[in-house]
Amino acid sequence: MKILGIDGSGLVASVAIVEDDNLIGEYTTGYKKTHSQTLLPMLDELKKMVELDLYTVDAIAVAAGPGSFTGLRIASATAKGLGLALGCPIVSVPTVDALAFNMWGASGVICPILDARRGQVYTGIYEFLEDGQFNVIKEQCALDFHDIAKEINTIGRPVTFLGDGVPVFKELVASEVKVPYRFAPAHLNRQHASSVAALGCIYYENGDIETAADHRPEYLRLSQAERERMEKEGKA
Amino acid sequence: MDTKEIKILSIESSCDETAAAVVVNGRDVRSNVISTQIPLHTLYGGVVPEIASRKHIERINQVIEQALEEADMGLEDIDAIAVTYGPGLVGALLVGVAEAKALAFATGKPLIGVHHIEGHISANYIENKELEPPFLCLVVSGGHTHLVRVADYGKYEILGRTRDDAAGEAFDKVARAIGLGYPGGPKIEKKAHEGDSTAIQFTRPKVSDGLYDFSFSGLKSQVLNYINGAQMKGETINEADVAASFQQTVIDTLCEHAAMAIDEFGMDKFAIAGGVASNQTLRAAIEKMCAEKGVKFYHPSPILCTDNAAMIGAAAYYEYLSGKRDGWDLNAIPNLKLGER
Repeated sequence: MKILGIDGSGLVASVAIVEDDNLIGEYTTGYKKTHSQTLLPMLDELKKMVELDLYTVDAIAVAAGPGSFTGLRIASATAKGLGLALGCPIVSVPTVDALAFNMWGASGVICPILDARRGQVYTGIYEFLEDGQFNVIKEQCALDFHDIAKEINTIGRPVTFLGDGVPVFKELVASEVKVPYRFAPAHLNRQHASSVAALGCIYYENGDIETAADHRPEYLRLSQAERERMEKEGKA
Repeated sequence: MDTKEIKILSIESSCDETAAAVVVNGRDVRSNVISTQIPLHTLYGGVVPEIASRKHIERINQVIEQALEEADMGLEDIDAIAVTYGPGLVGALLVGVAEAKALAFATGKPLIGVHHIEGHISANYIENKELEPPFLCLVVSGGHTHLVRVADYGKYEILGRTRDDAAGEAFDKVARAIGLGYPGGPKIEKKAHEGDSTAIQFTRPKVSDGLYDFSFSGLKSQVLNYINGAQMKGETINEADVAASFQQTVIDTLCEHAAMAIDEFGMDKFAIAGGVASNQTLRAAIEKMCAEKGVKFYHPSPILCTDNAAMIGAAAYYEYLSGKRDGWDLNAIPNLKLGER
């Protein structure tokens, strides 16, 4: 089974090819160029380097959200175009789950935090069981940092934070989090398409796939205009 | 002689229409699929960029698949993939650009980025097989008002452009002011039929330092002042007269500039393009002016005036012939200028 992973959910652009238990290649950049200028040129280089025949890819796993709306759409549209041309399905991998999967095997709980602006983070809480199984304690969501800190305190286990929210919320972590905490280092603390692809393998085996036509990003948030309209109509 | 047919799959997502088409040799449209979002944006009184981008990604594969199916072709039959990369709403453009790049990358087909306005101008080639440059073209839409000299395929000289609001934008704003709603163009045109276009004297907007440039923001303000003035005096306005008089002032301005350009450049062909080009009153006025000057008048059908992908395929064909190819780093450029590349 060969899975192409793509992540454009944050500043990082990342593409990877995973075949069964083997990472054939990964190209990850954390540089301020738009994903429109990075993702496909990177995939092109990777394809040449590992002599990849795209038609041997079984599925495309994409970090489907949450994240930067525009970044998610560039990654999704890339996946949809590839899926349409290659006739292969798409695996929508929750962005926060894939980030947590970077920390495979870590003890305690894993709490990725992505800066969602307006004082909020895209986050979730995860753990790895004794047998290595990945367990979702709290599904990915958009929350005020204070609320996720409370939940972590309630769980009462040591926590590993990672994600682009770490530099933004570092001071709040120090003041709000009452359990032992640590921050993941540079080689693990941002999005990796290899994690998206590895987690995508599990989803794919479980038959959790969609057609390229049906695939769409999962923003976890309405657009501002929709939010304001619903507030006006008293629905929010 | 090379008789090979060049089949181009084209994609357009610059604003609120998700569109794909298959065009052969730039003029033979095999399919032209448009999925419009207008009813959705009507709720907000105009296009909401984030909502537009979200809808594009939900519809784009279905639209492309339908375009291929209606053309009775598969991707393997296609010679090149073309896509609008500007100008337009950046988030909306990026969906089409990323999709087109991935399709071209996976299939190994050439990728051609197309300027949206070049597309509108090229819409005229589709139904007028004999039309060839040089000619003059007036491009009027919700986002653009350009008077362009098309010197050759892919060679454009902008004679005049709007300094502020596009003509279609002024239609939308006036429509909102007199309570007609969005989209303003067709609603103003319909209302204007019931009104007297000479009832209210609005001043034709002039730009002092640009012979062919337009300015519609002042005219819009004149209309708003007229409405406010009437309200202050407790008078009710005749909406049909306001619509008709406003529309006539816009048309007179466009016609005047078009006539000047025809005289100065001695052109014998004049075309219109863009969403506002489907306004029948504008068409009739320009047609009449052209007839008086002995100039041949060209215009696309309404379906090719609105944003569509067939026009992008038409423009792309001439880019294809000229050897233009884009790389995998092709980006959306929201303020892309005509003729610059």
